[in-house]
Amino acid sequence: MSLKLYYDLLSQPSRALYIYLQVCKIPFEKCPVALRKGEHLSEEFKKDISRFQKVPVIKDGGFTLAESIAILRYLSREKQFSNEWYPKDSKLQAQVDEYLEWQHNNIRTFGTLYFRTKWIQPLLTGEPPNAKKVATYEKHLAECLSSMEELFLKDKPFIAGDKATAADIWAACEIEQPRITGFDPVAGRPVLSKWLNTVRKTFSPYYEEAHLILNKLVAKANAETK
Amino acid sequence: MALKLYYDELSQPSRALLIILKISKIPFETCPVKLREGEHLSEEYKNEVSRFQKVPVIKDGDFTLTESIAILRYLSREKQISDQWYPKNSKAQARVDEYLEWQHNNVRLLCSLYLRVKWIEPRFFGKEASPKKIAPYESRMANCLDLFEELWLSKTPYIAGDQISAADIWAACEIEQPRLAGYDPEVGRPILSKWLNKIRKIPYYEEVHSRFNKMVGLEASGTQVKAKL
Repeated sequence: MSLKLYYDLLSQPSRALYIYLQVCKIPFEKCPVALRKGEHLSEEFKKDISRFQKVPVIKDGGFTLAESIAILRYLSREKQFSNEWYPKDSKLQAQVDEYLEWQHNNIRTFGTLYFRTKWIQPLLTGEPPNAKKVATYEKHLAECLSSMEELFLKDKPFIAGDKATAADIWAACEIEQPRITGFDPVAGRPVLSKWLNTVRKTFSPYYEEAHLILNKLVAKANAETK
Repeated sequence: MALKLYYDELSQPSRALLIILKISKIPFETCPVKLREGEHLSEEYKNEVSRFQKVPVIKDGDFTLTESIAILRYLSREKQISDQWYPKNSKAQARVDEYLEWQHNNVRLLCSLYLRVKWIEPRFFGKEASPKKIAPYESRMANCLDLFEELWLSKTPYIAGDQISAADIWAACEIEQPRLAGYDPEVGRPILSKWLNKIRKIPYYEEVHSRFNKMVGLEASGTQVKAKL
């Protein structure tokens, strides 16, 4: 099989690609990378897989590519069997791109900062999270989620319009992430909540499979807070 | 109806789009937006230009689009952008996309944050920034610029390979930005410096940066750029 996906299901863009490849029925070889063991930080990973030392990465024959959105677009040209999830129509595609570019410095930045401060750093250092920082990042994340609801879902069922697209997969994977810390991104956001549940169903069963580990961690976090 | 571009030369992605539109000789109407006067924050702007309340924005007939990279791609499909700047070849295009996606949470984020803390907030919002507060922002930006040089320019003359592309324009516009606060991204980075000076020679680059460079000069000479917020 010429297409390889290097991924970790704890990485939001890894999950998005993992789901997308299966939804599109693009054959690929699964090459899991254990981020929690620092596998991506080894010299071997840097030399043989990707100089960026991150996931996800694809290798298509001799061609290596990082950045999940660059990969999504490459796959849509090289492997796409259906235009359903990344439209060929120029204006529709532009609206999907508009979200995918916007999200980097919004949901992705704030979600990642919050998650890293509240969950990853304590795991690495063994010390409790910095409460003041967690509170600030949570406030920013909350504002961003409300913004997202207002800007993209106010008067349509999906991010780019009436139909689900890759934008919804990428967005949902980012929004699931802070649930691992016990944070509920849809509390008080009925529009976001309805959308998230629709996305989970639309991309079933691949969506649940990709989120199995995450959902186990969420259950653990919720049990611990009771 | 011609394409309309809403922009401010103070905004890095606005400058990048201005350059690509001019180089590609795509006819467009200039709609300058005064960010320093908060024009983008008005209800009028929100309702009539863009709900995101940012620049750049294009209106192509009744189609409105934000996010400079989404706009670049839209223009590459709808209008004529030379293959040199945004290749039609799939793998070559993927290389440009790889940079454009990477840069959001690297060069763009860290150069913007530094500028905000050191220049925008003190100048336009009266927030004071002590050296102690600025230091970590400067150090994160500096590390990122080192990483940029290493990852993207150490093996190839341009970001996406042997040929110049839109990736270089977008990168250069971001890397110019901290100069407003007196930071010189070229110091200690000979590879970055050589590359940046090549990009500065492309048609329209200097013209699009002329107001920006005037502001950098004024700031450097101690004359503060006027704020109206």
